[in-house]
Amino acid sequence: MTEILLVAIAVMIFVVIFQIAKASEYVSVLKGEEKARKQNNKINAFLLISFLVLGLIGCWWCNDLYYGKTLFPQGAASDHGEKIDLMLYITLAVTGVVFFITQILLFWFAYKYQEKDDRKAYYFPHNTKLELIWTTVPAIFLTVLVVFGLKYWFKMTGEAPKDAIVVEVTGHQFGWEFRYPGADKTLGRKNYKLTKGANSLGVDFDDPASHDDIHVGTTMHLPVGKPVKFVINAQDVIHDVGLSHFRLKMDAVPGIPTTLWFTPLYTTVQMKEKTHNANFTYEISCDQMCGRGHYSMRGVIIVETEAEYNKWLADQKPEIWSVRPETKPRETAPADSTAKSATPPVAAVVKAN
Amino acid sequence: MSTSAALHHEDLHSAHDAHHEHHHHETFISKYVFSQDHKMISKQFLITGIIWAIIGGLFSVLFRLQLGYPEATFPWLEDLLGHWAKGGKLNPEFYYALVTMHGTILVFFVLTAGLSGTFANFLIPLQIGARDMASPMLNMLSYWFFFLASIIMFSSLFVQTGPASGGWTIYPPLSALGDASSGSKIGMDLWLVSMAMFIVSSLLGGLNYISTILNLRTKGMSMTRMPLTVWALFFTAILGVLSFPVLLSGAILLLFDRNLGTSFFLSDIVIGGKILPNEGGSAILFQHLFWFLGHPEVYIILLPAMGMSSEILSVNSRKPIFGYMAMVGSMFAIAILAFLVWAHHMFVTGLNPFLGAFFVLLTLLIAVPSAIKVFNWLTTLWRGNIRFTPAMLFAIGFVSMFISGGLTGIFLGNSALDIHLHDTYFVIAHFHIVMGVASFFGMFAGVYHWFPKMYGRFLNNTMAYIHFWISIVGAYLIFWPMHYEGLAGMPRRYYDFSMWESFKQFGGLNEFISFVSMIVFAAQLLFVFNFFYSIFKGRKVTSTNPWGANTLEWTTPIRPGHGNWPGEIPEVHRGAYDYGKDGREFISQIEPVGENESHH
Repeated sequence: MTEILLVAIAVMIFVVIFQIAKASEYVSVLKGEEKARKQNNKINAFLLISFLVLGLIGCWWCNDLYYGKTLFPQGAASDHGEKIDLMLYITLAVTGVVFFITQILLFWFAYKYQEKDDRKAYYFPHNTKLELIWTTVPAIFLTVLVVFGLKYWFKMTGEAPKDAIVVEVTGHQFGWEFRYPGADKTLGRKNYKLTKGANSLGVDFDDPASHDDIHVGTTMHLPVGKPVKFVINAQDVIHDVGLSHFRLKMDAVPGIPTTLWFTPLYTTVQMKEKTHNANFTYEISCDQMCGRGHYSMRGVIIVETEAEYNKWLADQKPEIWSVRPETKPRETAPADSTAKSATPPVAAVVKAN
Repeated sequence: MSTSAALHHEDLHSAHDAHHEHHHHETFISKYVFSQDHKMISKQFLITGIIWAIIGGLFSVLFRLQLGYPEATFPWLEDLLGHWAKGGKLNPEFYYALVTMHGTILVFFVLTAGLSGTFANFLIPLQIGARDMASPMLNMLSYWFFFLASIIMFSSLFVQTGPASGGWTIYPPLSALGDASSGSKIGMDLWLVSMAMFIVSSLLGGLNYISTILNLRTKGMSMTRMPLTVWALFFTAILGVLSFPVLLSGAILLLFDRNLGTSFFLSDIVIGGKILPNEGGSAILFQHLFWFLGHPEVYIILLPAMGMSSEILSVNSRKPIFGYMAMVGSMFAIAILAFLVWAHHMFVTGLNPFLGAFFVLLTLLIAVPSAIKVFNWLTTLWRGNIRFTPAMLFAIGFVSMFISGGLTGIFLGNSALDIHLHDTYFVIAHFHIVMGVASFFGMFAGVYHWFPKMYGRFLNNTMAYIHFWISIVGAYLIFWPMHYEGLAGMPRRYYDFSMWESFKQFGGLNEFISFVSMIVFAAQLLFVFNFFYSIFKGRKVTSTNPWGANTLEWTTPIRPGHGNWPGEIPEVHRGAYDYGKDGREFISQIEPVGENESHH
């Protein structure tokens, strides 16, 4: 019912505008078209300068409303992120100055040089000196931005530190899976043709390196202050590991593994304090259109102290135990001591195999 | 009329003239349907483009409804869309189909065919002094291939599994596998076939525009005397002819992958528990093919708008365009660079960082010719005697949008920053402002400026002013705050944000944006109404040169017939921008240079 009412109102506004528009045409004929045109010119010149003033106020107001809702007030949560924020500020400063100067000149010129009976347009077809100036000045500023940008780009996309923790990230419609290499720090081989049942990532368990690999879904744990390297895969279509708090992003492409590394600077608990938000969560968003559930492809990263992380890691069971249950050691000891031996020596598992 | 066989330029045109006399008894079909008159073909492109723009715009209003009011249900949506909106709420699959079709329609069918098709056809022969296109027959075919493409794309909206829904960039494997998305079933095949037809249309048109500009200029119309509109349309056509075939090859390979079991873009895929046999393909290869067109496409959309705005700014400032040669040069630079920056859309695909560095450099280099253009436009306004016709307002709006959207390109072109901003609302804000709104403004400027030449009537000014003011205010209200959403990392192409701790703080803003988008859409309908109403009832044009412009189209009769000039084609003696020279308001291109005229 309200829809019909809204449509009726819209139609009525249309009709009114149309009638006014038609009437104004008749009026302009009566008044003399030249006179009406000049009056319109004045009105539009005034509107242009008003638009400039209101627009500038609007920019300030919008910033006031929404700056706090961006990621800047809380700062970046990774080392790379801090560089990206710095670059953002520099670029914002440079482009901001250009933005305000050019927009103000545009609307101010339009207003100032509106048609007047006694004004003659100034014949000014070109001026080589001026044109050279506004070719070189932007070129210089852009060079600075490029140099800055590439310096950081090479740093971020360069080799991860040797001691980085490796986590394999796999995207599929519509969720994330993570694999940790276990004590041997080597991920087991994979072959997508082995993907079946419990072996949902297609790990080749004939590779001994896979025997201590840990597989968890949706929630990833990371220690604070340690470099971490993601090895990123996708099983079906292209996904993208989006880490807005760390200011990072990398596509997950089927058949072509990609990598990404960074060092988380704050634990989840620290971020909760920093943002004054008890629900703060490091989220992994899928940033590449992947189908109907794209918007719900959510992962979580819990950044914690190294001790907490190690404890969590020790609690995890190797994936092979669920895929090949015969490899699982018989549980004889009481529950509290299993934690210590949760990650069996690689050799032992190989023999069991 | 001369029938001399001498190979004199003027005589050739006259012979052409005599030939066209025979065409004056035309049937309805040959005049309005299978017309070979460039002016009629241009109107066909424009009206088809307008219909597409309404459809594409309506789609955006529908999906904005979901974004703005994710909790609400609209029973009428179910009446309208059936199972795609069960319970009055858009199905995510259909939401993505709407997003995909919105992009496809606006980028290709409206701002490529609707913009270039309209104005290249209309302005090139009229502004260079030609009777028609080099090949009126190919020109007609160009429209009818576009029509065919339109029919196929439109029919894809009604197939049971829905139209393509993988985004307008149709990245495989999502677009290649029917199991990945229901939009990747028959809807995707139709999309690809439609685009193939579209590309044929665009190539036929482009070849024609290029050969017409190179071969059919009237006597005295040297390249450096051409109006900037013609230059812009010339570069646009070259870009299209060189880059569209690459998309065609990508589309055909994708059709093979979909239907013939090839593996160009597929490798190592497990989907829905099914292990696919495809190995050795590269999903990234498609992105290279796509963006090799996709980036020049941005300029295919933008350059005509730049050219028309330049012309309109100069005419209505009553001043020459500042730095004509610099304007041509910067368009040339943009056209060259347009081919060398495609991978800046792919910084986060795992691209070799070293390769990425080149694309950063070349991308940011585009800012230099863009800056030159902006400063030259500003200087054109400086000390002018400005008349705010609706066309002029839209041209000023174009410059404003080009500045706002162009500057954010400096953020996105810098790969390190792109890592954070890629595929967020920052990108949406950037390209909608610089490519969507700016090009639309250029197009509107063109329509308002040349409507009197097209139909012999004026558009209603009051409706035009209302249209402009709602559009510019609305466009900024919609897209400016989106930068903030993007800076918060809010990803694009999300159906609902309510489950995300990081992005749900923008609910109120999204509602506001959706609300404004409906008003802006309504204002566009006002334009559409004005357009069709004025064709029949608009105020009649009484002088051949209502804007006091120098270019050749204003030397034709008020409503030029087939062949454009009733007598001989006039000879050109000067450039297109002698406004305010020697104290004279304007000097038409056909006026010989006086003995005492100053040289600049």
